Amino acid sequence: MVTKESPVRPVLAARRWWSPARRDRTFRGTTALFAGLLLLLAAAIAWSLAHGSHAAVVKFGWRFLTSREWDPVADDYGALPFIWGTLATSLLALAIAAPLGLGAAVFLAELAPPWLSAPVSLAIELLAAIPSIVYGLWGVFVLLPRLRPVQAWLIEHASGVPLFSGAPIGTGLLAGALVLAIMILPILTSLSRDVLNAVPKSLREAAYAVGATHWETLRGPVLDYGRAGLVAAALLALGRALGETMAVTMVIGNTPTISVSLFQPAYTMSSVLANEFSEATGKVHTAALFEIAFLLFGLTIAVNACARALLWKLGAGGGAAVRD
Amino acid sequence: MHSDAPRIQRRLRHRRLVNACMLCGAGACALLTVVPLVSVLYYVWSKGHSGINAAFFTHLPKPVGEPGGGMANAIVGSLLMVGAAALMGLPFGLLGGIYLSEYGHSKLAATVRFAADVLNGVPSIVAGVFVYALVVVPMGGFSGLAGALALSVIIVPLVMRTTEEMLRLVPRSQRDAALAVGATEGRTVLGAVVPAARAGLVTGALLAVARIAGETAPLLFTSLGNRFWNIHPAHPTPALPLQIFAYATSPYDDWHVQAWAGALVLVTITLGFNIAARIATRGRFHLT
Repeated sequence: MVTKESPVRPVLAARRWWSPARRDRTFRGTTALFAGLLLLLAAAIAWSLAHGSHAAVVKFGWRFLTSREWDPVADDYGALPFIWGTLATSLLALAIAAPLGLGAAVFLAELAPPWLSAPVSLAIELLAAIPSIVYGLWGVFVLLPRLRPVQAWLIEHASGVPLFSGAPIGTGLLAGALVLAIMILPILTSLSRDVLNAVPKSLREAAYAVGATHWETLRGPVLDYGRAGLVAAALLALGRALGETMAVTMVIGNTPTISVSLFQPAYTMSSVLANEFSEATGKVHTAALFEIAFLLFGLTIAVNACARALLWKLGAGGGAAVRD
Repeated sequence: MHSDAPRIQRRLRHRRLVNACMLCGAGACALLTVVPLVSVLYYVWSKGHSGINAAFFTHLPKPVGEPGGGMANAIVGSLLMVGAAALMGLPFGLLGGIYLSEYGHSKLAATVRFAADVLNGVPSIVAGVFVYALVVVPMGGFSGLAGALALSVIIVPLVMRTTEEMLRLVPRSQRDAALAVGATEGRTVLGAVVPAARAGLVTGALLAVARIAGETAPLLFTSLGNRFWNIHPAHPTPALPLQIFAYATSPYDDWHVQAWAGALVLVTITLGFNIAARIATRGRFHLT
């Protein structure tokens, strides 16, 4: 029963099994697997945060969102001061940075000659890459000492205004907002510049043709055309600000109080995670921090989804230039 | 008609004045934007460079009060964790990105694209919380492995999206040419499309690595930090950003100097990677 098998045949058989079509399917399947794993990752993040916060959700329910208590000794937790701190610093930062970023974008896209606008744009984009911790260091040792005399003056001369009450210690809502504003300026400027650059030339030329000044052209057709893109840029920057951790933690004062004063120390959601997570003792404390992480996760997703939806609706319009 | 002329003249003067004011305002905004950023760089250099010496790169941190000491352990710890995160995250992101760009018309691809965008917007500290639940709690302690995993969670969606964008820049004809000479789909992608986009892919990878090299928040409760040497993946591991944070928030002046020196090293690394990435592409791609 000994038949001499051709040495070529098993090779051919193997070839057939490992055929081009099968190879293509394997390749495609492998790449699809990794793409699909990203969905698994996203789901796992959401699930682990929800699972981790279970004990706090059971114990506090909706009260967690409205309570001002943050008392690890009594094991009583509420997230309101942190939600307030996060929203107040981020919105204030956006209010400071948005006009500046838009103005700078106008300068770069419309006014500056190429020899000036190219290196300045590059510098601004590079500055977006500087780590958060470095901005925090700068905030602590450069910004805070310069903020104190300003605070002292304002507290002395405008003490009646609730916005300016408190002690001139430097740390607080305003310091956090200022550092955040500086940190989101690069992304805001470069996204806004891209939006302005994407406005068709014919729109400007039409405005110039009927005698509009440069400013009137900008304020009219150019801003009209780019409005949705600029709003999306602001939302993306806001998303960054909401989740920013280190720099804010270092200058905000880390006290869970709610006050309208710009000089009172405050606390943000990401800061409380940074400060307390590794030292949290007790099941409920950890769960409360998990719930804060979950809220932060949801908040940033909502803001980013709004920005994405806006860009998506714009399609190939002015927003096509905005990516991050 | 005759009587209108001065009014129109006045109006025109007014409009020109507004125009000039507003444009000057834009210039002022640009200046105000650049000033704080330049200030950050200036102070990092001026306060940091005095702390940079051989000991900074070769010695362990000294206890409070003792002069000298360095951040050698933190630098090595950062290198190990960032390297491990890149090894885990880059291939993952690269393969996923290939799927998005080459087979990207499916429902799955649209969902993955959306998920990647969403994850890119999620604060990095959330990645730390996730890995804490996933790795630190089951392993019973903080570890360098957990730190590297947290960093790779950040890198994956980032690389996936840049890979997709870079591959999409390769013209359709390049793929058609490879297919026409009989290459399989897989061979076309790996042999024609990926090499054509190599510069862009390298840029994306460099930028992603630069990004995680500076991350502090996701390491706070995964790798925790360590004042001594550690290269064991299951033990708390020091990292440069963590050490800067610890020193900056301490009340000691000589530690502040070390923090600034650390910041100078960190800024040099991240800006160096960014500039290298820009040189690699030489203005061929626009990355934000």
